[in-house]
Amino acid sequence: MGNFEPVIVAFCCNYCAYTAADMAGSMRHCYPPNVKIVKVPCTGKVDVKHIMLALRKGADGVYVAGCLEGDCHFKNGNNKAALRVARVKKILDEIGIEKERVEMVTMSAGMGKDFARIAVEITEKIRKLGPNPVKNISAGQSKLATG
Amino acid sequence: MIVAEQKPIEEIMEYISPYNRILLVGCNECVTVCAAGGRKEVGILSSALQMAFMKEGKTLEVKEITLERQCDPEYVEELVTHIDQAEVVLSMACGCGVQEIARRFSAKLVFPALNTKFMGASERQGVWAERCQGCGDCILGLTGGICPVARCSKRLLNGPCGGSTGGNCEISKDVDCVWNIIWERLKSLGMEDRYEEVMTAKDWRPSWHGGPRKIIREDLAE
Repeated sequence: MGNFEPVIVAFCCNYCAYTAADMAGSMRHCYPPNVKIVKVPCTGKVDVKHIMLALRKGADGVYVAGCLEGDCHFKNGNNKAALRVARVKKILDEIGIEKERVEMVTMSAGMGKDFARIAVEITEKIRKLGPNPVKNISAGQSKLATG
Repeated sequence: MIVAEQKPIEEIMEYISPYNRILLVGCNECVTVCAAGGRKEVGILSSALQMAFMKEGKTLEVKEITLERQCDPEYVEELVTHIDQAEVVLSMACGCGVQEIARRFSAKLVFPALNTKFMGASERQGVWAERCQGCGDCILGLTGGICPVARCSKRLLNGPCGGSTGGNCEISKDVDCVWNIIWERLKSLGMEDRYEEVMTAKDWRPSWHGGPRKIIREDLAE
């Protein structure tokens, strides 16, 4: 556990969080390399299925980073994403896996500093939770699958 | 459409926990529209079940297939090439689909992943409500196109009853009094006279009361 480095998948909206991540870099704000960013055209495109797949494949945590309330370029994709994250939390609860492994966060494109802060906070939270309980078996299955 | 919802994962786990190779079969029809058992829901349940198994230190192989229609033999036949690799089948169709798989593959156990709820319509995104009970003798022509058989808690044919208050049914403030809706509809159509006509007792034999039903179209049946 001491050497545990969590793998965190962040689904980031092209119009806000992804640009904020870029800005964090330009502003030289450090954030942990544990966070693997997946750029999406809108967080409304992120489905329960994608988040579940990331967790099943061994991600220790997943967060969806969308636009601030009322700022979605596609009207309400961020609200839809929040509902889907809530659904994933419910499923995780049902199968006995910590629902805190999944979060919805919002920010604007100019909030580079906040992107870095949120990345740090979530990484630390997941580090405290420990590895995804399905991680080792999931990795074993992947090895079997790839022969 | 037929409206269904997923069973609790705990119940599904009770069915499949003795096995480690399952065929998870969705359906592209009604249960896709009501977001209970289409391709997407198959993927989500597959991940959830595999994670639940892994958490217990076990593995679960899931073959995911979504058929065009699980209640139709010609599509269920597509499972022939996959059925032998699976120990059991988990169906995400309505009860009709589950039974069609059980009929076609008599040697294979099939479990339902959904609870089939009712025949209904979509009220708005994510909300479905009962509209038809398949009584076998439609009276919608007499009630302004609104069904008291499916939507009146007492199935009254000459409503409303004394429990109708402010447009709500006495069983819950969340349930509309369908006879209030029928009256408002007949009024807007200028058909108040229709409401004055007393409906005679309904013959329930065409409904389930006459036993399981079947339709044979002689011009189509082979």
